[in-house]
Amino acid sequence: MVGGGGLDLLCNGVKIHHVDVPHKDQNRLEMRDLLAWVQSNLIKERPEMFIKEDSVRPGVLVLVNDCDWELCGGLGAELEEKDVVVFISTLHGG
Amino acid sequence: MKFHKTLHYEALPFENPLSLDRRCYQNLAQETRFFQPRASCPLPSSALPTREAISSPPREDTSDHWSGHLHQYAAHLTIINCCTISMEEGEGSTASKRGGGRLCFICNQRRPALKRPKTQEQICRECFYVVFEEEIHRVIMDNHLFKPGERIAVAASGGKDSTVLAYVLSELNRRHSYGLDLFLLSVDEGITGYRDDSLETVKRNEIQYGLPLKVVSYKDLYGWTMDEIVSVIGLKNNCTFCGVFRRQALDRGAALLKADKLVTGHNADDIAETVLLNILRGDIARLSRCTFIVTGEDGPIPRCKPFKYTYEKEINKYAYFKKLDYFSTECTYSPNAYRGFAREFIKDLERIRPQAILDIIRSGEDFRISTTTRMPEQGTCERCGYISSQKLCKACVLLEGLNRGLLKLGISRANGSRRHDVGHPKPEAKRPIIQNKPCGTLDF
Repeated sequence: MVGGGGLDLLCNGVKIHHVDVPHKDQNRLEMRDLLAWVQSNLIKERPEMFIKEDSVRPGVLVLVNDCDWELCGGLGAELEEKDVVVFISTLHGG
Repeated sequence: MKFHKTLHYEALPFENPLSLDRRCYQNLAQETRFFQPRASCPLPSSALPTREAISSPPREDTSDHWSGHLHQYAAHLTIINCCTISMEEGEGSTASKRGGGRLCFICNQRRPALKRPKTQEQICRECFYVVFEEEIHRVIMDNHLFKPGERIAVAASGGKDSTVLAYVLSELNRRHSYGLDLFLLSVDEGITGYRDDSLETVKRNEIQYGLPLKVVSYKDLYGWTMDEIVSVIGLKNNCTFCGVFRRQALDRGAALLKADKLVTGHNADDIAETVLLNILRGDIARLSRCTFIVTGEDGPIPRCKPFKYTYEKEINKYAYFKKLDYFSTECTYSPNAYRGFAREFIKDLERIRPQAILDIIRSGEDFRISTTTRMPEQGTCERCGYISSQKLCKACVLLEGLNRGLLKLGISRANGSRRHDVGHPKPEAKRPIIQNKPCGTLDF
C-alpha cells in the first residue's frame, strides 16, 4: 500500500506499507474493510485528512493496481492478495 | 451465457478528407453506426456526430453541421462498422471482475484505468496521456496563449501542478513546434523543511526536462525570509505576507529572465475555489479577473494559466502514472484555513457532480458587474513602481510594517486609515528605515 501526496505524513512519514489485513469473511476483503483497518492501524495523526464519514475524504485519489477505484467498485471493490492500493491526497496547496 | 459485442475496425476508407462528398456520407450512413475518435482526435467526443446524425442521410441542399467537423477531423476518426454480436460461453475474463470488463472508450483495446471527470468516459492510461496533453494544446491554441519565439517562464514550485505543467509544455513545445524558449522560475521563500526540499525537486526537474532554472529569494528581494517573518509576526497572517511577496517575486524573476510571459499551474479546481472565495469576500474586482486565462496583459509580464480547464484529479493521476518527480508536503506554516474550507467544499461538490467545477468557473466568467460598482483604478506604487491600486503596493506596505515593527500594517481592512498614513510618509522619519531594506525597483 502506498500513501502519497503528503498522506505519508499521517503515518510517521512512511510511504510504502506492506500490510496483511485480517478479514472476518474468509474469502472477501473489500476496500471499506481496508480503509477501516488503515484508519485504526496506520494513521497516526489527523485522521480527518484521510477519512470523511465512511469513505476517503473527497480529494484523495485511490488506485487499486493502478486503476481508479471508481472503476473497480469503490468501497465495495474486492481486494486480493498482492494487490497494490495507492492513496494520493490533493488537499493541500502547491 | 454472455453476449459480447465485437467491434470491427476499419481504417478510414478515404484518407483525404476532401473526398468525403455527400454520396460518401450516404454510404457511410448505411454502413456504419458511429464514429470513434482516434487517440489523436483533438475534438471532445461531444462535438462528434452522434449515431443518429450519422444514420440520417444529410439533406441535399446544405451540408450538415457535423459534416464540417468530419471534413476537418476525418484524419482523426476511425469508423466503426456495424457491430457483430457473438455469443461466448461463461464468465468474462478476469478483466470483468475489476473495471466491469469494459474496454477503453477511446481505443477499445486496453482496459480503462480511470474515468474522466469531464466526460465520464472510462479510458486507459495511454489514451489518457494523449487526451490530457491534446486538451491542453487545444486550450493553448484556442486562446492564442503563445507566439513563436517567446520566452516563457514556468512558475515552478516543485509541486504536482507546476511539475506537470513544465513537463507537458516542454512536450507540446517539441511536438507542435511552438518555438518557445521555456524556463523554470522558482521562488525561495526561505521556509526551512518545506521550500528547501521542494527546490531540490525543481533542481532535478531542471536536469530531467532540460529547462534552465532561475531561483529568486525573498531574502534577496525583501531582506526577509519567511522564517524570519514568522519569528516576528507569528503564525497569524503569515500567508498574506507570503502570497503578496510571491506574486511580486515571480514578476521580478520573470523580468530577470527577460520572459515575455509567465505561466502558472493553476488548475480548474484552484480557479473554481478562487471564484468562490472572491464571492465570499465580495471582491468584485478580483472576481471578474480571476477567471481570465491571461491576466496582466497591460502590465509588464502577462500571466497565463494553461490548466484553467484541467481537473486537479487528472493532473494528479498524470503525475502519478508518468512517475513525474514532484514534491508533496504541506507548507510547515499553518495553511490558509478559509481557503481550505472552500477547497474542501469544491471537492465535496465534485464527488457528487464533477461538472460543478467547470460550471463554477463559467459562472465566474459570465458574471456581469453592475455599472454602479466602483472599480479600483490600477496605478503604480510610488515607492517601487509595481502595479498597485493604492499609493503604495501591498508588498511595500507589508514590508514597511515589518521594518518598523508595526506588524498590523496592511493586514486588515480595519486599518485602512492607517494605511492611508503610510501613503504619505514623513520624509525625515521614515525614509531611512525603508532604505535599509528596500523592496527594490522593477527592472522593466
